[in-house]
Amino acid sequence: MPTIVEVKDLKAYYHTHAYGVERTVKAVDGITLNIPEGQVYGIAGESGCGKSTLLKVLLGAHKPPLYIVDGTVRYLFDDAQIATLSLDQNTLRELRWKQVSYIPQGSMHVLNPVRRIEDIFHDFVAAHQQVTKAESTELTRTYLRELGLPEKVMAAYPHQLSGGMRQRVTIALATILSPKLIFADEPTTALDVIVQRGVIQILKEIKRREGSTFILITHDLGVHANLADHIAVLYAGKLVEEADTRTILKNPRHPYTKYLIQSLPRLDDRTTRISIPGRPPALDNPPDGCRFHPRCPLAIDKCRTVDPEMIAIQPGHRVACHVVTEAPEEVSHAATA
Amino acid sequence: MQQQPSSELLRVEHLTKIFQIRHGFSTREFRAVDDASFTLTAAKPEIFTIAGESGSGKTTLARMVLGMEQPSSGILQYKGRNIADLSLGEKRAWFFKEVQPVFQDPFAAFSPLKKIDHYLYETVHNYKMAKKSETDDYVNEVLQQVGLTLAEVRGRYPNELSGGQAQRMAVARALLTHPSLIVADEPVSMLDASLRMSVVNMFRDLKEQQQVSILYITHDLATAYYFADRIAVMLRGWIVEEGPVEQVLGVPLHPYTQNLKESIPQADPDHAWSSEVDLAILDTDEYTRKGCRYAGRCPHVMDVCRHTEPPNVVAQGRTVKCFLYTEEHAADAAPVQSAVESSND
Repeated sequence: MPTIVEVKDLKAYYHTHAYGVERTVKAVDGITLNIPEGQVYGIAGESGCGKSTLLKVLLGAHKPPLYIVDGTVRYLFDDAQIATLSLDQNTLRELRWKQVSYIPQGSMHVLNPVRRIEDIFHDFVAAHQQVTKAESTELTRTYLRELGLPEKVMAAYPHQLSGGMRQRVTIALATILSPKLIFADEPTTALDVIVQRGVIQILKEIKRREGSTFILITHDLGVHANLADHIAVLYAGKLVEEADTRTILKNPRHPYTKYLIQSLPRLDDRTTRISIPGRPPALDNPPDGCRFHPRCPLAIDKCRTVDPEMIAIQPGHRVACHVVTEAPEEVSHAATA
Repeated sequence: MQQQPSSELLRVEHLTKIFQIRHGFSTREFRAVDDASFTLTAAKPEIFTIAGESGSGKTTLARMVLGMEQPSSGILQYKGRNIADLSLGEKRAWFFKEVQPVFQDPFAAFSPLKKIDHYLYETVHNYKMAKKSETDDYVNEVLQQVGLTLAEVRGRYPNELSGGQAQRMAVARALLTHPSLIVADEPVSMLDASLRMSVVNMFRDLKEQQQVSILYITHDLATAYYFADRIAVMLRGWIVEEGPVEQVLGVPLHPYTQNLKESIPQADPDHAWSSEVDLAILDTDEYTRKGCRYAGRCPHVMDVCRHTEPPNVVAQGRTVKCFLYTEEHAADAAPVQSAVESSND
């Protein structure tokens, strides 16, 4: 499977200077990823683990106080290889929405409240292509019909639609120009479950229709299970585990991932669930060695001093954990992969 | 002060809350809670869940139980006394001690400028729960019930605590007055997955060890299934299904509950959805709909659902507000259903 986004040893820190106190928050600290084309690549993690920061950097939308300290991000399109981090504003403007699109968090609030939906679509399309009002209206009507949304919404103002419908309209807006790469930041958070299901369905439909690549960020593993092909788990600014969805959910190896999945309540099981002890570290002063070691029941001495690397224990399954990768039966796997 | 000891802790009967919405000169009625009924017994503490989506009226119901909102009609009694009839003095002396709230966002509940232990001391002082010399011991004892110690939190500001710790503080503050009922409105929805279960488990322990009943308001059916005893599912102001949680969520009868359960994304690739939902339905008219409010989305809709409000039917150990389970309709439900499906196309 060809790679469409290549991330190498990316480090992005927030540098702040307030009241004479300097602070460096290492929100993304040495992440290496290859995002395969035409798939839904899920990024999971709790609040404050750096997942939204990672997304900003991948989009080239980072601004001070967020600085890129090290590493590269490249988009590998068929016709061009683009080094995202060194683009100027005009090139980014050309790239955005047409090739690379973004569904922001809480995106039901982004619609202009004083414009009808069809006018919002026209504004959007006309900013990127030479179109007349009639053409953009036709394009919008066709696209909404393809996605199974009611045509009635075109004449409505945003406040006349329910939150879930607004969210779906926004997703349609972000994808109407057939971008190759779509970044979705918590697209279903704060929606009711039935509405959420509709949003997941529409994202799947877009992927099926356009063959776009999705990068899906959410803390909800249930959403990942229904939408993502791959899952990368972030903890405290670092990648701890990456594999296909089934492997992550059924056979997780990193202690953090294991804990996270075991602690989820299920609808067919009322046995006691245990939370992970402790709390995630503050990223301005993360612990030495493995960042999970203060909460980890399996921690050995090495975990306290040496930062574990992402090592493939099976083809396509990478884990950053000394205990897992050094277990004797796993060493052979690591060597072959 | 109590006239008669009642075996009922909380009695909610035909409770209705109507908000008036003005549009220019016309006024429209909005039934946020419509004819809700359920009872909590005093003898055995339980966790009663009110589940529903946004706009279902679950928070309005909670606010009425807390005495923050006046019911429009119906009975709302706590230990045999009408909450609406209590004077402010009586509320302060008795009701506020007995019924305590825990809200969704612990960081919004505590002022960021005040030390967090201040809230504990203030509550002890206001309700005269302990002598001055014994306050520290008492506070520490209550904090231990939620898995904290006074040494951990003394002198701390809210931003120094994790979400889970802050929510435990909110619960500890509520427990200081020895309440019989805690009304918890989405107490874990702001917490991260890795901390959420610790707070949920704490509620379960409190019920067993401190004999506190908990009215748990949530949209999250998975946690409700995990630790609740009974559940009421709300839809647009109605309680559509109510009963023991194993039955209601194990084998839901109401089509809405079925849809709700089916729509929870499970973190399990074996439980991924196979069917698709219709995205074209606009559900904004459901409050004002005649007949059943779910009729517009219901796959089993019958003619009668469109013009008559469904009755509450007792079926399979729970109450369900649906014509499908009434005697006269149970038989002809199936043929009508297929006929309606074909006419919908």
